[in-house]
Order: sequence, then structure tokens, then C-alpha cells
Amino acid sequence: MEKFVKHTGNALPLRRSNVDTDQIIPAVYLKRITKSGFEDGLFAAWRNDPAFELNQPQYKSATVLVVGPDFGTGSSREHAVWALQNYGFKVILSSRFADIFRGNSQKMGLLTVILPQADIEKIWQEIESKPDTQITVDLGAKTVAYAKTTLTFDIDDYTRWRLMEGLDDIGLTFTKIDQVTRFEEKRLSFKPKTLPIR
Amino acid sequence: MGKTLAEKIWSEHVVAAAAGEPDLLYIDLHLIHEVTSPQAFDGLRLANRKVRRPDLTIATEDHNVPTLDIDKPIADPVSKLQVDTLRKNCAEFGVRLHSLGDVEQGIVHVVGPQLGITQPGMTIVCGDSHTSTHGAFGALAFGIGTSEVEHVLATQTLPLLPPKTMAINVEGTLMAGVTSKDIILAVIAKIGTGGGQGYILEYRGSAIRALSMEARMTICNMSIEAGARAGLIAPDQTTFDYVKGKAHAPTDGDWDAALTYWKTLTTDADAKFDKEVNLNADELAPFVTWGTNPGQGLPLTASVPDPDDYSNAEDRGAAKRALEYMDLKPGTPLKSIKVDTVFLGSCTNGRIEDLRSAASVIKGKKIASSLRLLVVPGSARVRLQAEAEGLDKVFLDAGAEWRSAGCSMCLGMNPDQLKPGERAASTSNRNFEGRQGKGGRTHLVSPLVAAATALKGTLASPADL
Ligand code: SF4
Repeated sequence: MEKFVKHTGNALPLRRSNVDTDQIIPAVYLKRITKSGFEDGLFAAWRNDPAFELNQPQYKSATVLVVGPDFGTGSSREHAVWALQNYGFKVILSSRFADIFRGNSQKMGLLTVILPQADIEKIWQEIESKPDTQITVDLGAKTVAYAKTTLTFDIDDYTRWRLMEGLDDIGLTFTKIDQVTRFEEKRLSFKPKTLPIR
Repeated sequence: MGKTLAEKIWSEHVVAAAAGEPDLLYIDLHLIHEVTSPQAFDGLRLANRKVRRPDLTIATEDHNVPTLDIDKPIADPVSKLQVDTLRKNCAEFGVRLHSLGDVEQGIVHVVGPQLGITQPGMTIVCGDSHTSTHGAFGALAFGIGTSEVEHVLATQTLPLLPPKTMAINVEGTLMAGVTSKDIILAVIAKIGTGGGQGYILEYRGSAIRALSMEARMTICNMSIEAGARAGLIAPDQTTFDYVKGKAHAPTDGDWDAALTYWKTLTTDADAKFDKEVNLNADELAPFVTWGTNPGQGLPLTASVPDPDDYSNAEDRGAAKRALEYMDLKPGTPLKSIKVDTVFLGSCTNGRIEDLRSAASVIKGKKIASSLRLLVVPGSARVRLQAEAEGLDKVFLDAGAEWRSAGCSMCLGMNPDQLKPGERAASTSNRNFEGRQGKGGRTHLVSPLVAAATALKGTLASPADL
């Protein structure tokens, strides 16, 4: 996983709530067996509309997505995270993320930052009036800065450390694999097994 | 202070815990399907890792598979590649797989319970958000992403922060024609699609206790639509009777030991939930969604709401957008809405009881000539059982299509899709824009409402016939 320490970039305002993962990447795009190339599927249905924010030239270079509450609800498809990353997004700002989506993004190094809806509204207004506004997200300092405003956000220390170090969860768990083995020795004997087939 | 059921199961699976870190949780069962696993197996291969516990892992083909001509090669080359990749991966890593044509093939959440590998007190995960279905057995079951699939394959564990717990108390008695689908749609309409976020839901109360196992699965299935990763119901005699005798159920001495343990799996009387929500079952009616998220639902007797009646700006905007997409006008009685397709199936309502209840409404009648009714059993076994009971004939005689098992039109990854502008009454779980086919419009309903709607041509409950 790539380390995430600090990122500065343009932003895209998406004034929609309840953007589910079927909208982020529709099911027909899920048939690939790699983690790349999903950018064409990102918000596929909405991209047919020339007025859709992603199609507007002033937001072409955006790397920070600023969206309404309940982003990433629905299906657990991690393809939603890959599609956002493949397209070039590094950070998502919202007042509320769906649990599975947030977990998935943290595994892949896509930073999801929770800010109060009132602040999201102010950021929307700022980017809509000045689309070249740069937003800096500093994970070390836990701040989001744009124009003359600096906001702080919360993230648990463990996730922050993992993201900043770019650490892979599986590698971390393997450091405790002896504990897993000991746990397995004590598991209840009647718990079901899938093999042998009965 | 006592513990809630979710907390009990959680603490019994903690392998390692440290302050400021997520708990490392042991996973008792890992279910796999073709869509969210290829990149995970690839990750194992790249890191030269094995599947730690193939004996706690099982795969089926469901999301992509056609429901017609299943004896022929899959026509869509991309779907075929994904299914072939699953077959190759399972063979290489020693994972049990139920392929198309196999009697145990079907939707992963129908297959687990029917094999008896879903049991009380377990931790169960799958790269699919409706894994919460298995919570109906008093198991802690939740959906995970592909990175987590790889993590479980490699270590049989997951690092997770303990969630909060919420009690959903449903007391009273359901009226005839009201089902568990209506309970959960009413719960979601009440707490919203984000209401359960960060929580494990425990469904409790006399109305829940009175439900069959399959009806309980329908409720737990849609916990995710309320924003909760998991939902569960304490196991009781109904649960034990359902598990007993299934292929992988414990036998002999193991059964007695299991039963003794399972009986401890209840929320302690002095336990405290972080939140409680109450619902009166006596007041519930058949429910239907009118919008594009599962929280946008109302009793079937209501009319399409007016977005301007919402005080909250977010809700108003969402309702406006939804009505535009759904091509509905405020004030239109829901019962006057005409549909083009009725879909009976999915992991929410594709089990044998669901097919039986729909068939009881349809028997001896014809579906409206203006629509098609697609009946897709949740698994090959459900299909066989239905055929043994003559249900296939009931549906076929009425003019419906009788298909092979899979996810089918629930998500339209296979050829079963809505056309742009088409309107469906669907027993599935998601009415998102384009979920059942690009431009398609979905109303979520129970199997009884689906059946009545198929006969009438407009949204209807059996009482309207
Ligand atoms: S039936 Fe629908 S919700 Fe259930 S697993 Fe399949 S696609 Fe997902």
C-alpha cells in the first residue's frame, strides 16, 4: 500500500447524498479480475449527462472528492474504492461514510475524512465559486486546509499510523500468527467444517 | 453488567487485543463467490501464501451465472472468465466449490444455511454485504471487501473495531398478509439507510420470535440496507429444529454439546444496548418502496410523498431526485402504479417458503398480460424442492418464467436485466438507480405483494385481489 502523509489537490463538489456503491461502479463493470482499469466505470450512469460534475472541464484535475452524507452505502464491492483510485482520487470528504466502504478504503490507502455537513457545505461553495481552490489534507496533523480555512478531523490512531506507514494488514497479522494457532487449538470441537464434504 | 448477544460472540472470537488497536477476530466460516474473490486469490499468489483453513471456506457461483441454458458454456465472455477464474482458484487452493449444475449451487447466503454450516454462535464473513443474512441463526455475520477476503483466506482472522449494539424490539402480532419483509422495510424507513451505521442490530420481541427461520433470514438480510454491517436474532427452538439433520449439523454427542452451548447465546437480562428502537407489529402493513434507496418506503395504502413536505434539505433533495428517476408524481396512490416486471427471488426472498407463499396467491390464476414474472429460486436445491411440490407448474401455468438458481435480476450482472425505463416490483433488497439494469426502476416488495402485483398489473397486496 502507498503511504499517505499529506496531499494537496483540486476538488470536485458532488452535491448528492446516499451515493451507493452501485452508483460509484455499476455491477456490469465488476467482471474484471484485476484491481485496475475501473476508471471507465466510475459513476458510469451519471457520466452520460454532460452536466454531471465529473464531465465539467473545471473539475478535470480534481483529486479530492467532496460529497454529501452516506457515501458508499450498499454493496461491499471494493471495486468502488479501486474505481475512485484508478480515476485519480486520493481523498474523499463527507459527513458520513458507510461502514464497509470506509473499511475498504482504509485497506487500500484511499483517505476518507469525516467533517460536519456544515463544513462540507462551505467547501462546496468555495470550490463552486473558485474551482481552482487547492485543498490540503494533512494526515499527520489531522487537518483539512483550503483558502484561509483550516479544519481538524478525527481518525483513530491505529488507522492513521497504518495509512501513514503504508502498512499491509496481512503482514501485521502474520506477526501474531502464533496466537491464531493457539486460538485454533482451543476452538469448540463441534464447530462445522466445510471439508470433508458431507 | 451483562453482555448483549453480539458482545458475547465477539468476545469469544478475540484472538488478540491491545489498547488502541482493533481486535483480531477469528472467523469460523468464510463464504466465497466469483465477483469479489479473484483479486484476493491473486494477492495470495503474489505473496506466495496459502489458504490457511480451506476446511472453513466454501465457494459457490451465483452473481454472474445465467439462469437459462445452464448446461451450455456461459455466453458472456467476461462473466465466463470470472467464473472460470473462481474454478481455477478453488482448484489451486483446495477450496470446496459448488459450480453451476451442482445440486448445492446457489446464492451464497441460501447455500450456507441449507447445508447446515451456518450455526449459532459463529463468526461468518463473505465478500458480500448481505452476509448479515446468517445472523438469523444467532451468528455474527457480515460483509467484507476484497482486501479483507484476502486477509481471511491468508489468516482466518480479521482486525476489527468492536461495533456498538442496537436493539430493534418488535412486539405484537403481524396481521395476515404482512411478512417479515414488511417488518424490515418498516425498520429501514424508520431509522433510515444510515441509522444502523456502526451498530450490530439485534432483532427482538414477540413478533420476531414467532417468525420461521427463513422469515428471520429475510430480516437479517436487509440489516445492511439500514446501514448496519450485521444483524442477528438469538437462537431458539425454531433455530435448533431448522439446523438439526442438515448435512453439516453436529450429530450425536456433538449435537448435545452444541445445543448446550447454543442455549447460552442470548442477551443477558441486565445487558445494555447502545440504542433501542421499538416497533409495533400490530400496526404494520404491506410495505413498498417508492424511491431509489431502501429507506424511501411506505405502506402500500399510501401515496407517493411530496418532496416539499420534508423539512430536512438532504431528504428533500434525495426525494426530488428519486421521484424524477422513478418517474413518479407526488400524491399518486402507490396502488395505481403499473409495473412491467415482477422479480421473485434473491437472497432476501428466494427460499422455499417465499416461493410457497407467492404460489399460494397465484395458484390457478393468470398473471396480467402487460407484465412478465420472473421466478428465480435462491439455490438449485430450492428449485428441486419447489418442483417436487409442483410449484414450478403453478408459476408456469400462470404465465411466469421458471429459472435456474442465482442472483439474477437482483443485480443484473447476468442477462436478467430491466430495460431503461422499465418498472419492476422486486422481492430483492436494493432499489438503487440502475441496480436491476441501466435505467430500470425498482419497487421493493414482499413475495405476497409481488404475487398479487403480478396478477393485477399494478402494485397490490393479496387483499386487493
Ligand atoms: S441475491 Fe442480490 S443481494 Fe443477494 S447476494 Fe446475490 S446480488 Fe447480492
